[in-house]
Amino acid sequence: MEGIVGYGAYIPRNRIKVEEIAKVWGADAPSYKRGLMLEEKSVPSPDQDTITMSVEAAKNALMRCLINPKEIGAVYIGSESHPYAVKPSGTVLAEALGATPEVHTADLEFACKAGTEGMYVVLNLVKSGDIKYGLAVGADTSQGAPGDALEYSAAAGAAAFIFGRENVIATTLETYSYTTDTPDFWRREYQYYPQHGGRFTGDPAYFKHVVGAAKGIMDKVGMKPSDFDYVTFHQPNGKFPFRVGKMLGFEKKQIETGWLVNKLGNTYSGSSPLGLTAILDVAKPGDKVLIVSYGSGAGSDAFIFEVTERMDKARDLAPKTRELLDNNKCYLEYGEYAKYRQKIKKAT
Amino acid sequence: MRDVAVIGVGMTKWGELWEKSLRTIFVETALLALDDAGVDRIDSMYVGSMSSGLFVGQEHIASLLADYLGQAPVPSARVETACASGGLALRLGFMEVASGMSDVVLVSGIEKMTDVSGYEATYALGTAADQEYEGYHGITFPGLYALIARAHMEKYGTTREQLALVAVKNHLNGSKNPLAQYPFKITVDSVLNSVLVADPLRLLDCSPITDGAAAVILCPIEMARKMNKPVVKITGSGHATDSIALSSRKDITWLEATYQAGKRAYAMANKKPKDIDILEVHDCFTIAEICVIEALGIVEKGKGGKAAEDEITYLEGKIPVNTSGGLKAKGHPVGATGVAQVIEIVKQLQGEAGKRQVKNPRIGMAQNMGGSGGSTVVHIFERE
Amino acid sequence: MTTPSRYWREIPQRYRLEANKCKKCGFVFFPPRLICSQCQNRKFEETKLAEKGKVLTFTIIRVPPQQFVDQAPYAVGIVELDDGVKLTGQIVDCDFEDLKIGKRVKIEFRKIFAEGEAGILCYGYKFVPE
Repeated sequence: MEGIVGYGAYIPRNRIKVEEIAKVWGADAPSYKRGLMLEEKSVPSPDQDTITMSVEAAKNALMRCLINPKEIGAVYIGSESHPYAVKPSGTVLAEALGATPEVHTADLEFACKAGTEGMYVVLNLVKSGDIKYGLAVGADTSQGAPGDALEYSAAAGAAAFIFGRENVIATTLETYSYTTDTPDFWRREYQYYPQHGGRFTGDPAYFKHVVGAAKGIMDKVGMKPSDFDYVTFHQPNGKFPFRVGKMLGFEKKQIETGWLVNKLGNTYSGSSPLGLTAILDVAKPGDKVLIVSYGSGAGSDAFIFEVTERMDKARDLAPKTRELLDNNKCYLEYGEYAKYRQKIKKAT
Repeated sequence: MRDVAVIGVGMTKWGELWEKSLRTIFVETALLALDDAGVDRIDSMYVGSMSSGLFVGQEHIASLLADYLGQAPVPSARVETACASGGLALRLGFMEVASGMSDVVLVSGIEKMTDVSGYEATYALGTAADQEYEGYHGITFPGLYALIARAHMEKYGTTREQLALVAVKNHLNGSKNPLAQYPFKITVDSVLNSVLVADPLRLLDCSPITDGAAAVILCPIEMARKMNKPVVKITGSGHATDSIALSSRKDITWLEATYQAGKRAYAMANKKPKDIDILEVHDCFTIAEICVIEALGIVEKGKGGKAAEDEITYLEGKIPVNTSGGLKAKGHPVGATGVAQVIEIVKQLQGEAGKRQVKNPRIGMAQNMGGSGGSTVVHIFERE
Repeated sequence: MTTPSRYWREIPQRYRLEANKCKKCGFVFFPPRLICSQCQNRKFEETKLAEKGKVLTFTIIRVPPQQFVDQAPYAVGIVELDDGVKLTGQIVDCDFEDLKIGKRVKIEFRKIFAEGEAGILCYGYKFVPE
């Protein structure tokens, strides 16, 4: 059966605390922390972007499966922060891994669900027999406008998954997608920061689609929330995943393992994929995992995985997500953060 | 091979010469050398310039300068080995006269560095490093020498104060050189409190950005003997290369090209390090002087740091080094430096070095280095 | 100025650390060479550099070239990789006070600089603490 043969995560070391951002804008930090359940978020260094994080996450994924990179037949990076407007990110990744030239490569974009889109496409290319292995990465160096609520959560990180048929560490039991046209969040061409519909991003957007996809996939396979050991949802803030989990009938303990957002922030295309990596880091053979992404615009992809015996051999071959989240952190002041994120207008 | 002498030298005040263009600086300097030599025609000329293209956007300066000096159609060639360009120009002029192909050859070096921004100057100088495997990673010239300095400190216990003392000594000498860009004294404290450029090197460890030129006239020794001044001849010339990427060298603290060029110059002149009375070396950074005197055998390997501390390289010391003030105080118009070193040695040997005159030196040596040590030219001079 | 062709040509080295090894004396060259500087042999085999090593020397660049202004101050070091090859590169994700000669580091893929506001993005290797 097809599934994940290798996975890897990457999180930059820089962090900024909610208090540090709130101080600049005169916002009430305690209420933000309570309301959004956020403490701090990751920030990329000036030398990190979607491409560099994708390469590192993918290298970690390769370390867990030890396959020949030349056997990777497809490479997709899902992101809303591709460093080039025109010129693929995926070619750099494919070249850095040594997967070129016999490889299909594309950059995907669908707000925060671009990462799972790549997983969906790669999985189905493997299923069709067209490729032996395929690599899908969800990565973002998200930007929230200064002072906007998004600034407290927009973070950076990447998760990579290699799919194949042999030596699978997590078998894909089912996939499902749920999509409508819902303008809850967008960024027009040539605009630096995105805009959003405020509370419209909640019920008709995030909740409707995540619930739709979760219910859809469970109906499709005849499973119920209690059949899963772990679940991870897209994590735009700390609160939404727990609320949607409750709406669906999941318990807190099923959600907590993949819930990284309070210390990581919203890594957009990397969000639910990173949650999945944190779950795979600890899941035991036989465990069943549900992942439901969400991308504004809007849609959700859902996957059900069952962890195999082989996971025990692969898990320790690369850094674990919680280690990346907790170790070697460097806290930034807002000024440094503004410089790193190119929010300071300089002479040209 | 014929014996070759230096019969004329020319140098104007170095510094930020805002009013003067590259060609004006050159012609003023070259005219001084012609006048000093008492000649008005030359057979050929060499110009050492590291990067007139990047500094003033002008290539093809050999012909331009020959023309403005009123010497066209004499053959004129520009020579480039980064900061060793001037030294190499001298070697080529020396070879041309020694071979008998020419009698009177003008050897000059020039750099006009202040017409570009600091960033552009940093970039231009940086092109002397391996652009693809050093420059690409954001290393600068102070950075490369800082890598050498830290390795030297780690390996031999060289101290931060010892580095500072090189600058202190050279500024003390420079304070007695009216042509120096920065003719004033500094203290160890002022070096240690100057702004960090590339740890552990600070601003006062670094030679400055300078506009300037230097020129000398070479001729067969018989011609020189007819003149009414002490004859200074070139008795040794050595030139050697090394990988320009620091990381490709076996020992980061060791300047192999300087060792090799020195070895060849010593052999040609039939001299040993102990025979040298005065020495001008390429102190583009304080650590450079320390490594150079080790590679030339003036002090033992690893003992370069002690030399300035023990004052053996001071004006009154056993072997005065950089009596001119060195690159540090005199200034470092990169292409001109190698020729200016020759002028200092000639003046010292002729007893015309003014307040910084060393007592009766007879044999002098000049060491001029390109990049982080990827090329070095060494010459030995003797007074007859 | 890094033009696309000049950047592209070095991709095997910058992205994948491709080197070559003298078939006669075993000396490893990075970037690959056509003739061995040690024994003048001209036959080589392809190899890749080790991705871990230790810091031989380092500096902290405080007056950077223009393309590196946003990154300054930053550390640059020469690292002796575990295969003996020495490599120059930035050392990042390491507080300056923790930077020591002998420190273990590994290669990470990073953006080295951007060619102005509109030019190409230049990637390659940097070192991070192991």
